[in-house]
Amino acid sequence: MGLDIRLPIGMMFTLLGLILMGTGLFTAGDAGMYQQSLGINVNLWWGAFLLIFGVIMLLMWRKASK
Amino acid sequence: MTQVHLTFIDFSILGLYVAFVIGIGFALKRHMKTSADFFLSGRNIPAWVTGLAFLSANLGALELVGMAASGAKYGIATCHFYWVGAIPAMIFLAVFMMPFYYGSKARSVPEYLKLRFDERARAFNSVSFAVMTIFASGISLNALAKLLHQLLNWDYNICLWVCSFIVLLYVLKGGLTSAIYTEVLQFFMIVLGFAPVVWLGLKDAGGWMAVKEKLSGVAMHPVTYNLVSESSKTFQPDAWISAWKPLLAGPSANPMGIDLFAMVFGLGFVLSFGYWCTNFLVVQRAMAAKDMTAARNTPLVAAVPKMLFPLLVILPGMIALALSATAGKEYRLPQTIINEAHMTTAIASIKQSASVHADYDATTKALSTASGASFNEAKVRDLLDSPATLNSSDKDLSIRIQDAVVNDYDGVILSLVKRYCPTGILGLALTALLASFMSGMAGNVTAFNTVWTYDLYQAYIAPDKSDEHYAWMGRAVTVAGILLSIAAAYFASMWTNAMDIIQLVFGFVNAPLFATFLLGMFWSRTTATGAFVGLVAGTASSALFHACTIAQGNLPGVKGAYLAKLWVLPSDMAQNFWLASFAFIVCFVLTVLISLTGKRTKSDEELKGLVYSLTPKQKVSQEWYARPEFIGIVLLIVCVFLNYLFW
Repeated sequence: MGLDIRLPIGMMFTLLGLILMGTGLFTAGDAGMYQQSLGINVNLWWGAFLLIFGVIMLLMWRKASK
Repeated sequence: MTQVHLTFIDFSILGLYVAFVIGIGFALKRHMKTSADFFLSGRNIPAWVTGLAFLSANLGALELVGMAASGAKYGIATCHFYWVGAIPAMIFLAVFMMPFYYGSKARSVPEYLKLRFDERARAFNSVSFAVMTIFASGISLNALAKLLHQLLNWDYNICLWVCSFIVLLYVLKGGLTSAIYTEVLQFFMIVLGFAPVVWLGLKDAGGWMAVKEKLSGVAMHPVTYNLVSESSKTFQPDAWISAWKPLLAGPSANPMGIDLFAMVFGLGFVLSFGYWCTNFLVVQRAMAAKDMTAARNTPLVAAVPKMLFPLLVILPGMIALALSATAGKEYRLPQTIINEAHMTTAIASIKQSASVHADYDATTKALSTASGASFNEAKVRDLLDSPATLNSSDKDLSIRIQDAVVNDYDGVILSLVKRYCPTGILGLALTALLASFMSGMAGNVTAFNTVWTYDLYQAYIAPDKSDEHYAWMGRAVTVAGILLSIAAAYFASMWTNAMDIIQLVFGFVNAPLFATFLLGMFWSRTTATGAFVGLVAGTASSALFHACTIAQGNLPGVKGAYLAKLWVLPSDMAQNFWLASFAFIVCFVLTVLISLTGKRTKSDEELKGLVYSLTPKQKVSQEWYARPEFIGIVLLIVCVFLNYLFW
């Protein structure tokens, strides 16, 4: 059907992961901000997870399109 | 509701998501040539995609908010909507019903009714379905705009129009394909956006074991948390954490106030099978699959994540309740907060009532008028009856009055988002909320435009037009459908009561539907007249049932019993499930009787491919382990195991 949905999903989550990880790294010293999330830098860790998910989707898309 | 502030990062996450869904619509535009492309996706989509879309179309924002609310209100028994209701119904759809929907080449569920019976059943079903989808999307649109307004102070009107416009844009460009593809993206967005909130909540509460322990305590003093309205009411410790034991002990032993028959037959069989197997909103996704195997696998693919969804949507409600029972967490279930000015009048009002020993009804009425909130009966009685009320300081009284305000369960999920999400993750969670709303609305709109164009416009208004004409009509009616949804949203915001009545009426229409399909698909003797009369009588009987029964604690009127009070049921939910069971049985029996006495209108030859016994078995090309029957049995076993695990 012309479009493999794994491509946009992969792209979106890769970008979201990068944005969140960037935010996490930039605010890593800000203990006050992460008090809310039980002291966990949730942007950094969840961003990393989204990035991995996005990259896996992209890899699956590449494998299928070959 | 206290507000949150979004930063640039949150906005960029929201913006990125919006850009992608619209982008998908535009990328698919060039594939939309015929009306079949627009309405049916050209039947060209793999099963994993239609499967996730199948799930996503049902996972509207109201479902997300409502399931967390029920998680807090009723505990783990809410899982019955999944493990007793949805999963068996989805497996039944895959194994038994999909071959007829897909194989008959019907383009919609109402069209199947026309092929199997006649125009009457189709007209009845398509009109009620079309009206229902519009109101459903209007109601959730209104809820979303209200939520965004309360939470972010965004303008209600702008939220309403902008959200609808985004959905309009991608559905208009890419038709059903674009709705399905974005639903898959939205599925991942919803799961990955809410998962960190649940994870942090669970960690904060001290893990699952701690949640269970706290909820056992809650069950023994439910009035403390405003969960019940009688101060003497207590439950067994497992009421919130066992799915079956409290149910077996009878309606008074479980917070849902429900008996085993209503749960298993009413919800598990009638309502769930009725929804998952006959609602075109979800069935349309499976019909768009690329071949019969993919169509049958669609509900099976969906069943896997659906089984695990309670973790994402019900658990947060249970976590919230557990937190509210944990000292030092400074959390309580959301309530309407009475502002200072209102509180002053409320205090004066309760003092006045206590000094003249006013009765409860007058007191609670005066208190509600003074404060604009609803109150827990037990706590108001307590305030009224204790002599201390007259002597307490205003500060103590204001705390007690605020404590007596009923829980706003629908606010549970957002209260957790606010509690745990710093900027960044906050944007992600809000995007997930928006995604769930959009997937629901796009689902409604695509189902509406197909039913309108094929089952009403082409069938009754303008038959024999060119394919371009119907494709054009599909686009025009997509715009019209969105505009009507917006109108319904405004209507819902102004006339809450009218909305309740409309939803009630749809409950009446839906209740008997599965009986008609079941008999139609599995009994060749069922006649068109039998089906139509059964359907109409089933609908009428559910209205009658409602008019003669009422749930405990409700006043006769919109809630039922406006003709007579023949039966008082323990809860709203019990009334609802019994109503469905009753309507189903009436529809079933009448359809059988009329079919047996009347003459058959369709020959065996005509019913080939529409009725189970008259359809030749297809040659199976798959290995035994890849067949829907086998996968269905495996899923069913897993589902039984889950029920056992949380017995």
